[in-house]
Amino acid sequence: MNILVNGQKQILEEVSVSVAQLLDLNKVESPDMVSVQRNGDFVDREHFGSTVLAENDEIEFLYFMGGGANINV
Amino acid sequence: MELTNEQLERYSRHILLQDVGVEGQEKLASGKVLVVGAGGLGAPAALYLAAAGIGTIGILDHDHVEVSNLQRQVIHFTKDIGVSKVKSAEEKMKAINPDVVVKTYEDYLCANNIRNIITEYDFVLDGVDNFPTKFLINDACVMEGIPFSHGGILRFDGQTMTVVPGESTCYRCIFRKPPPPDAVPTCSQAGVLGAIAGMLGTIQAAETLKYITGVGDLLTDTLLSFDAKKMTFRRVPLNRQSNCPVCGDNPTITELFDTEQTTCDLK
Repeated sequence: MNILVNGQKQILEEVSVSVAQLLDLNKVESPDMVSVQRNGDFVDREHFGSTVLAENDEIEFLYFMGGGANINV
Repeated sequence: MELTNEQLERYSRHILLQDVGVEGQEKLASGKVLVVGAGGLGAPAALYLAAAGIGTIGILDHDHVEVSNLQRQVIHFTKDIGVSKVKSAEEKMKAINPDVVVKTYEDYLCANNIRNIITEYDFVLDGVDNFPTKFLINDACVMEGIPFSHGGILRFDGQTMTVVPGESTCYRCIFRKPPPPDAVPTCSQAGVLGAIAGMLGTIQAAETLKYITGVGDLLTDTLLSFDAKKMTFRRVPLNRQSNCPVCGDNPTITELFDTEQTTCDLK
């Protein structure tokens, strides 16, 4: 299966790959820090395991990034 | 607001720009911008906004300058160690440009005070490092209809997006809620290359100037991220999410609230 991850082509050997497995395959250390966009829509975090990728899916991993000043709530 | 001869000279490189001109410079002079955080992002942003002649600049930070800040927070100098960050920042902004009115808020930002503060401004520049405050800024700006620039940096990476409430993707469209505290790599653990703060903070300042003058296309519905190790920039197109809990069709977040703090301790 051919998909695009962050604009880069990836070829998946497996027939059925979930978003959670894709995060794993891409060695994403902290899935809690990633928001996943699939073909323009965001995948609910609760559905990472049950959302199965399809041919030509366009996936974006968007990372939480803080930085700046330490302003507490 | 009429510009004096001295101001026409000071801002001549803006005024030479066809898209800006005297009219654009007058808009900047009437503009009111709040910079939240006088840290890595707020420091370069505040310097450029002051130099650009933004009429009123608010700066909010509760912290004092520490020696470990100086590697990237370029508005603070070695002599300022121990001084309140907002006072240090005010001094530099006034030194660059005495035209600018600086309002300092030596305070925390919370659900109780944020509305009163942000509603005095046309645009908010988010330069904070912890997620609960980022979400609070997003929610308050969406509710009050105040555009803002989100910015984040870590290690060699940066990301930014401009949000125009009611029109473009908001922070909560992308990130539904703050990450769990134990999942967050902090700047003090992970580090950050000093100039990355300048790269990102000045992009945010440029977006602010574009918004105030109405020039160009804002960085809306797009997350711009860069990896300075490879010096690659990437734009990810985004869509406003109709199920977003704050800017969607049926918002479930209709009041501001404080969440448990997840701080990136920059000490």
